[in-house]
Amino acid sequence: MKSVCLLFQIHQPFRHRRYRFFDIGADHYYYDDYTNDAVLTGIAAKSYLPANQLLLKLADKLGDKLKISFSVSGVALDQFEMYAPEVIESFQQLAKTCCVEFIGETYSHSLASLKSNAIFREQVQLHNNKIFSLFGQKPRVFRNTEMIYSDLIGVQVAEMGFDGMVTEGAKQVLGWKSPGFLYVNAINPRLKVLMRNYKLSDDIAFRFSNKRWAEYPLTADKYLKWLRNLPEQDEVVNLFLSYEAFGERHAKESGIFTFLEVFLEKIAQSTEFELSTPSKVIKDLQPVSAVSVPHPISWADEERDLTAWLGNEMQKEAYEKLYSLSDKIVECTDNSLMKDWNCLQLSDHFFYMSTKVSTDGEVHKHFNPFGSPYEAFINYMNVLSDFILRLNRHTSPGNETEELKKRLAEKELKIKELEDNLLMLKKSQSNKTRK
Amino acid sequence: MKVLMFGWEFPPHISGGLGTACHGLTKGLAELRQTDVIFVVPKAFGDEQKETTQLIGANQIAVSHKEYSFFEERETMELVEVDSPLIPYVSEPEFWELKSKRYSNQPRFVQTDEGLRVNFSGNYSGNLMSEIKKYALVAGVIAAENSFDIIHAHDWLTFQAGIAAKEVSGKPLVIHVHATEFDRSGGNVNPRVYAIEREGMETADHIIAVSELTKNIIVEKYGIPPEKISVVYNAVEPVDNLETKPYAKALNEKIVTFLGRITMQKGPEYFIEAAALVLRKMRNVRFVMAGSGDLLYPMITRVAELGIADRFHFTGFLNAGDVHQMLRMTDVFVMPSVSEPFGIVPLEAMQFNVPVIISHQSGVSEVIKHAVKIDFWDTLAMADSIYGLLSYDALSRHFKTGGKTEVEHFEWIHSAQKLVDVYRSVLNQ
Repeated sequence: MKSVCLLFQIHQPFRHRRYRFFDIGADHYYYDDYTNDAVLTGIAAKSYLPANQLLLKLADKLGDKLKISFSVSGVALDQFEMYAPEVIESFQQLAKTCCVEFIGETYSHSLASLKSNAIFREQVQLHNNKIFSLFGQKPRVFRNTEMIYSDLIGVQVAEMGFDGMVTEGAKQVLGWKSPGFLYVNAINPRLKVLMRNYKLSDDIAFRFSNKRWAEYPLTADKYLKWLRNLPEQDEVVNLFLSYEAFGERHAKESGIFTFLEVFLEKIAQSTEFELSTPSKVIKDLQPVSAVSVPHPISWADEERDLTAWLGNEMQKEAYEKLYSLSDKIVECTDNSLMKDWNCLQLSDHFFYMSTKVSTDGEVHKHFNPFGSPYEAFINYMNVLSDFILRLNRHTSPGNETEELKKRLAEKELKIKELEDNLLMLKKSQSNKTRK
Repeated sequence: MKVLMFGWEFPPHISGGLGTACHGLTKGLAELRQTDVIFVVPKAFGDEQKETTQLIGANQIAVSHKEYSFFEERETMELVEVDSPLIPYVSEPEFWELKSKRYSNQPRFVQTDEGLRVNFSGNYSGNLMSEIKKYALVAGVIAAENSFDIIHAHDWLTFQAGIAAKEVSGKPLVIHVHATEFDRSGGNVNPRVYAIEREGMETADHIIAVSELTKNIIVEKYGIPPEKISVVYNAVEPVDNLETKPYAKALNEKIVTFLGRITMQKGPEYFIEAAALVLRKMRNVRFVMAGSGDLLYPMITRVAELGIADRFHFTGFLNAGDVHQMLRMTDVFVMPSVSEPFGIVPLEAMQFNVPVIISHQSGVSEVIKHAVKIDFWDTLAMADSIYGLLSYDALSRHFKTGGKTEVEHFEWIHSAQKLVDVYRSVLNQ
């Protein structure tokens, strides 16, 4: 029986407002609340809510045969809490059904994994805490921002205690090998690696409603037929896609929800396939070999590399300048600074500065709030300049009472964090004893 | 004495020096009360109408806002209005907006600047030249309908209009050269523009140049006898002293500013290289490049390459209010122009108590003393001067106070007086 592992990604950035040179040092609010609110509530209504509704309905009907996993970025969760708390509620309902696994990622969909181990760890820890406090699950499998993966990133992730990682089944990495097996990290074989089947994933994610596509219209039966035609030895089909594909990228009228419903029902009832989640795949399957990824891969563009975020001089400059602050950030305890720091790390900012011309670039242009990559760069550097000024002011010694007050608040926060961790540990302990 | 003047734009656009100069000169003429001016600008300045009518009331200048409706056949007129590739003197934001639009018939607009440089980057056709001919036709009509003593044409796009008016009326023609094709193109001269400029200079009864620098170019490159050319320097509109008070900066940092179109003529790349040099020595300084232009994107990339983007900022196009705020925040102003016939902006900066660094290759360097003068290509000297002005208070104080006093003597009424003298001598010939 082949496993079909469905993983939906959800991410929404905090977009910066137009931040002018004159604002540097004078105004410390960076966000375009109107756009953020409008985009998020729009997508929630069109996509997240109806899709969750459908999954809840199926969970009722199919019981534990339904298996779905989600990877939701921390900043997206923050925005749900701010603008559309009903989305959080519906995810919580899904979490209760035991059909759903939430997997780990960086809190702010950041590129920290490529730069600083300390910041990367912090990002992952933040996200773990958030997922635990909202859904009561401790993520066991990790999905890095935009599926970015390399052997070294895998080692860091294994050190953080994850069992496995999901990434792109990039051609340049797999070569003749099939994404239909479980692999392990080339350096630390304890970390399992799931490779995305990009052809079958993108059939749903991108091509489904394209009327010029030779396979249009795509029905659940046709799709199942493709799954049956996969090589017999394959053990798993990894379908990883953005959740917005349902309802946002493909409108409701395209029949995408019906497709999803029928597809899931048929898979659940079939004898050849079973639905699975990344953790279950790792438990059920034996890895077949190591996969060697010396250079980072991602799921973006034809090249499946990092050039969408770190391709040109502007992107590199902004990225270097941002992470040159790492040392200071580690000392920083100010909450509002940390919040802005997290938002500055969003990979989306770097994507807006991309000068790449590609068919995939078109997809993101739709969400790009800037007229040109140059504008995006100027705006980002202005925000970053102001942030650096504030950070410097904060880390340079200030007056004493302020300092003491802050330390007190800091302590309290730390206590709360530790309590949370304790709770988490207790829970995993009880899970183990149950087993 | 009545003057028929052909110009290209009027403030409130601050996109460049020509509009400011025309405004200053006509205002100066009005103050002298010796001349009446009919000021003609081409169509496509709908937004200016209000401003210009106010101008009539305030300054006794009859600004005749003639349109292309002089064409008798209806079709022709529509053709001109809809199809005109001359959307002249586009202010920069307008220009970029227009450029981003798609037109069926490229090019539909000409990027012109203070020197009326035409952007030939597109598939430039004969359209522009025919539009200039049409403007000349209209000029003929205006000349026939109005009475005046002398014709005054500003820069090459209006030269043919001036010539046409001269042919119709038989009155003497004075042409005013604010920039030549050599300044605008950096040596890559467009022969047709050159031909028009030269025809204008040869036909004119007298030529006014904005600096000795420009006069020399006219003599050397266009073969005009020097006796035929007079130099009338530009001036600067006085600003309220309250307005020039240094801005309470939010940052405890020094600011060095470049303000102008980001084009080859203005030498923005030298400013960036100098900035990188200064930033190696001191950190509490920020560089600002304010303005827009065809070199903006390459400049941004260069700044990123040098790794100074956290200290080097781009503001894009600034309106008049923002320019003033910018100048109030500025500690050093730099104009590294490669070829600047005059250059009014340093004078404005001096009004705001800002020490200025200007290139020898500018007309304004002939007339001001309280400025650091360097060669545009000498980025080491530029960096030295910036560092010195930022680090040694005595030095910057000297330029601030000296510059402020000096610039008060640059008044448009003096320029206008010189202009009237030129008119008189031409009429007496």
